[in-house]
Amino acid sequence: MPENIDSILSQYSRTLDELIPILQDVQSEFGYIGSELVKKISRYLRISENQIYGVASFYAQFRFTAPGRNSIRVCLGTACHVRGGATLLEMLERGLEITCGETTPDGRFDLERVACLGCCALSPVVQINKNIYSRMTVTKLTELLKVYE
Amino acid sequence: MNKLKEKIVLAKKKWEELENNREPIIFVGAASCGRAAGALELINEIGTFIKDHNIKARIIQVGCIGPCYLEPLVDIKLPGEPRVSYNNVNTKTLQVILKSHLIEGKPHVKLSIGHFGKDRYKDIPHFFELPMLKPQVRIVLRNCGLIDPEDIDHYLAVDGYQGFMNALTMKPDDVIATVRQAGLRGRGGAGFPTFRKWTVCRNAPGEQKYLICNADEGDPGAFMNRSLIESDTHAVLEGMLIAGYAIGASKGIIYIRAEYPLAIERLKNALQQMRENGLLGNNILGSNFNFDIKIKEGAGAFVCGEETALIGSIEGKRGMPRSRPPFPAIAGLFGCPTIINNVETLGTLPNILRNGAEWYTRYGKEGNRGTKTFSLVGKIRRPGLIEVQLGTPLKEIIFDIGGGVQKNFKAIQTGGPSGGCLSEEFLELPVDYESLASAGSIMGSGGLIVMDEDTCIVDVAKYFLDFTQKESCGKCVPCRVGTRHMVEILERITHGEGVPEDLLALRTLGETIKKGALCGLGQTAPNPVLTTLRYFRNEYIEHIKDRRCRATVCKDLIEFRVIKEKCTGCQSCVRVCPTGAITGPRSEPHNLDPTKCIKCRSCYEVCRYEAIAGDAIVIRSAEKKS
Ligand SMILES: Cc1cc2nc3c(=O)[nH]c(=O)nc-3n(C[C@H](O)[C@H](O)[C@H](O)COP(=O)(O)O)c2cc1C
Ligand code: FES
Repeated sequence: MPENIDSILSQYSRTLDELIPILQDVQSEFGYIGSELVKKISRYLRISENQIYGVASFYAQFRFTAPGRNSIRVCLGTACHVRGGATLLEMLERGLEITCGETTPDGRFDLERVACLGCCALSPVVQINKNIYSRMTVTKLTELLKVYE
Repeated sequence: MNKLKEKIVLAKKKWEELENNREPIIFVGAASCGRAAGALELINEIGTFIKDHNIKARIIQVGCIGPCYLEPLVDIKLPGEPRVSYNNVNTKTLQVILKSHLIEGKPHVKLSIGHFGKDRYKDIPHFFELPMLKPQVRIVLRNCGLIDPEDIDHYLAVDGYQGFMNALTMKPDDVIATVRQAGLRGRGGAGFPTFRKWTVCRNAPGEQKYLICNADEGDPGAFMNRSLIESDTHAVLEGMLIAGYAIGASKGIIYIRAEYPLAIERLKNALQQMRENGLLGNNILGSNFNFDIKIKEGAGAFVCGEETALIGSIEGKRGMPRSRPPFPAIAGLFGCPTIINNVETLGTLPNILRNGAEWYTRYGKEGNRGTKTFSLVGKIRRPGLIEVQLGTPLKEIIFDIGGGVQKNFKAIQTGGPSGGCLSEEFLELPVDYESLASAGSIMGSGGLIVMDEDTCIVDVAKYFLDFTQKESCGKCVPCRVGTRHMVEILERITHGEGVPEDLLALRTLGETIKKGALCGLGQTAPNPVLTTLRYFRNEYIEHIKDRRCRATVCKDLIEFRVIKEKCTGCQSCVRVCPTGAITGPRSEPHNLDPTKCIKCRSCYEVCRYEAIAGDAIVIRSAEKKS
């Protein structure tokens, strides 16, 4: 159990409106929201673990399993959809042999869909880690994946 | 106040120095979209270039000027010369441009797109005279792409915070009256008169009031708000000060999507600058107005754009809408009177308070005053962020500004997943709140998605409904169960398993959901289906009766074929096919085994892009019978 959870928590007051910011901070620190962490948050905010899961599972941002070394986000916003975003996702699911929301067994990639990265004019768009790649095609994407280990 | 005035004098001087620069300045459009197109790489290369050539030059990162199709944009301004803009710059053309313009002092006319000078300049057109920009009226976007959004001095130099200073000299009620006179309506979707909800909130009892900036921008396919925050951060914040002052709020909150990291970073930076300049905190600029602003990041839920859900989310709950009344203006965040305004509504306020209500009413038309920004995307030739007067016909937006459609125009979706899909017969329709509503669509926050003959209308309707169904919070039955049902029917139709009765079922379900749903999400969710059923009925019938998808999108209704006469036997497709469906020796027409084909389009793409290939792979759907 990492130590710094306590130092994250201590920056927040013990009120319910801090729950989502805490979860966001925890996720960006640990990559996901593990059950041990939920216990800690529950004790800190004096609310039940159930309530935390209830809130966290409502929002698309939070994940409860470990992410891969590289995170692929395929945009399925409208602009990307009409320009073939879904084909890119299918190709990735097939190529990586995982479905959306999963991580490859070797931990190299995790795959998720997002609704619009705000670069619609350059659609279809795929984000890998912090990089956004525009005007993607199935063939370009295949090449691109090789860069990420 | 005096300290800020001194700062403004200095800022104007600094700006003048920029205009009368002694050393070259290179501006790079580096908002999210520019970055996605490779702007940061270019900045690195420019840095290396000027170092290698021992040139003294400045690089300034600016926001997004709008025409995303020209991205990445690099502008060069030599001393005494106008700023010249270069479009779609890549690492190769960058070298040519820098060599010609920076070293030889000659703008590269061929690679340039426009200039920003006052007079005619060489054979380069003025940037704002370009066909995409000429019909536009830039009020909210006036600084976008022109100033450095991370430098408060730039904003101050172009009369930033002047509107707020004017407001401080007025009584809050007079600020509200000005906004009323200007005729400003909310830009977040519903077009509710801004002054009206402000008045309710101002008069509501309660010590603590809140102003929330709605930067959730959940419409998938819209980026106006992101672009404005990234490109003219202080304008939105100035708008928050004005609104906060008018309604008597002391706390402001920006609720912004976590998917917009750059916008969040710029907001944090700008808030810091405001604090340093006495624009936040107690007794702002020596007045008795106290105001502070906090940022709250959304966590990925479309419904949280809805006011009451947004409030729930800030309070740390599941973001579920609640029934109204009471309206947030009376009992909102933590039970206190709360106003929620859209980013663009707020970004418009400084302009109204700076130039006066009368000036604003010169734009737009009766009942629909001013301008609106749109993200114009999809199958359009010149996609980007645009701003036009309300009442501009769709045709002008699509053809004059957008340069027309890639293939034949089919439809335009306004208002995102809550809006409707309009056909060719609506091209003359003026874009204002009422006209769009009368056509069965809505203005929404400003997403415009253009579709051509390669877009399947049924697929698009299914896409939108699938989106809202997934985003439905589940609280009310019509929305939770009804949308699910509609998606199932649409899926059957796109799989070629539809029956004629489905069309009536879709309509009945849609109309029931509209009437029965609790919040705006459900009440508008059926719009894409209802409008397409009305305007594109034939396409539904073809899917059902002929098992045909004329746009060749619906996978179960299409097949891939090789036209033997065209195939050059280049084997490019054989290499990319993931299932070995295509075979054939080099230089001989290839074979495509339809039982192995998974319709992934890889072969289709390479057959189009590879020079040696002959466009031989085609996608076909059944013949039209009905
Ligand atoms: C499902 C749903 C999603 C919404 N999403 C947004 C949004 O992303 N941004 C926004 O400003 N308004 C959104 N709205 C509208 C807001 O509820 C609200 O009307 C608006 O923020 C008010 O600001 P305005 O008066 O300045 O337009 C949404 C409404 C609904 C029902
Ligand atoms: S729809 Fe993909 S970036 Fe907007």
